[in-house]
Amino acid sequence: MNQPGFLDVISFGPGGWGAALLAGAWMTVLIAISGFLIGSIIGTFGAWAKISGGRTIRAIADGYTTVLRGIPDLLVIYLFYFGGSAAVTAIGRFFGSEGFIGFPGFLAGALAVGITSGAQQTEVFRGAFKAVHKGEIEAAIACGMSRALRFRRIIAPLTLRHALPGMGNVWQVVLKESALVSITGVAELLRQAQVGAGSTGMPFNFYVVAGAIYLTISTFSGALLQWSERYFSRGVRRN
Amino acid sequence: MDWTFTLETFISLVAAIPLTLQLAATSILLGAFLALGLALLRLSGVRVLDWFARFYVFVFRGTPLLVQIFLIYYGLSQFPAVRHTMLWPILREPYWCAVIALTLNTAAYASEIIRGGLVSVPHGQIEAARACGMPRFMVFRRIVLPLAIRQALPGYGNEMISMVKATSLASIITLMEVTGVAAKIISETYRAIEVFIVAGVIYLTINFLLTRLVHVVEYMLSPHLRAPRLRTPVQGESK
Repeated sequence: MNQPGFLDVISFGPGGWGAALLAGAWMTVLIAISGFLIGSIIGTFGAWAKISGGRTIRAIADGYTTVLRGIPDLLVIYLFYFGGSAAVTAIGRFFGSEGFIGFPGFLAGALAVGITSGAQQTEVFRGAFKAVHKGEIEAAIACGMSRALRFRRIIAPLTLRHALPGMGNVWQVVLKESALVSITGVAELLRQAQVGAGSTGMPFNFYVVAGAIYLTISTFSGALLQWSERYFSRGVRRN
Repeated sequence: MDWTFTLETFISLVAAIPLTLQLAATSILLGAFLALGLALLRLSGVRVLDWFARFYVFVFRGTPLLVQIFLIYYGLSQFPAVRHTMLWPILREPYWCAVIALTLNTAAYASEIIRGGLVSVPHGQIEAARACGMPRFMVFRRIVLPLAIRQALPGYGNEMISMVKATSLASIITLMEVTGVAAKIISETYRAIEVFIVAGVIYLTINFLLTRLVHVVEYMLSPHLRAPRLRTPVQGESK
């Protein structure tokens, strides 16, 4: 058998896997961004619940973060993938459809990543809000700002500034976690690498390339995050 | 909720706990030695060694653990040379591949935690030890390392919890630890929620006990930070 060389793994021509891997990388980025955004929304509500919720709401938020930080992400993905399929099948049966209906892997993956990263972002936002100086809020009240205006103009921007480093960390975790979504069969980067490895019999080459692409994505997004951190704290005095 | 099914699931999952613990304990222990070595390389002051350790940490923290596991389990078998070495009986086993991947991975994260601990040791302590005439190695063994361990312990506790969670990835290369058994039951019965709850409770319990253990060790290692226990109550105080 004619063994394909290393270049064939990354080449874009016929027989090359470059295009497939790049499409997978794009899918990985999409999953990671969707998961991260879902997590940001959950994190915002979670932080709000922990800061100004009543006793019950606070207990729910505490339970959520404790549970999600204590169990493996893989389990959560299984829950959404298989649980989602079971739920969709049950709904289908109710409407008279026979047989099994699969839950879309992308949705299950994005939701699972979102829920796990939401727990981390809850803590990030909560810490960031605590770092906002009380005087700033008092000054806003003194200026006669309404609650909504205060939140939009003072609390949200300042909280975001403090949250950026933590959000950067969560983003890196989310990006790596998105690789687990490959178990649902979504054609993201690792899944494409698996397919390529299986059909060429060269797993080492494919996984090295996949790893290099993950490194590239995380390095570039890390640099972007650092730049935005600097940009958004340009008003902060440094000593 | 179907209690018989839940109980049956619980019994099969409990039987898988030893493998999860064994994977976690082996890789945390081996990883700690590797991490200490990497941290010392970072602090060695020799540029080549420093850059090697930096690169190692960069690669292992920037790529998903699952890619690392695949690279070791599937990737290395691509080379006939590997299959003919003495290492093949080890690299053929999914268990050892998982242990190697987890060890290499945790070492990257832990080396940064240990480095932080080593850097945090106050200079005065080292100077005092030198002034007492301790040789370099003894200073390291008696002064630097214990103080660094105390400092690094909270961070290391978090890393240990991540490792317990990370062992779940071993299920993807056919190891039947808790998540592996859970995934098998879920895919056979499609009752994701019950299985998820049982598996979640198991992981939460393990991680809770681990956190308590780290707290106990932390307490034991910091007698100098505790208020001295009074043998006789001070007069005029209620306690």
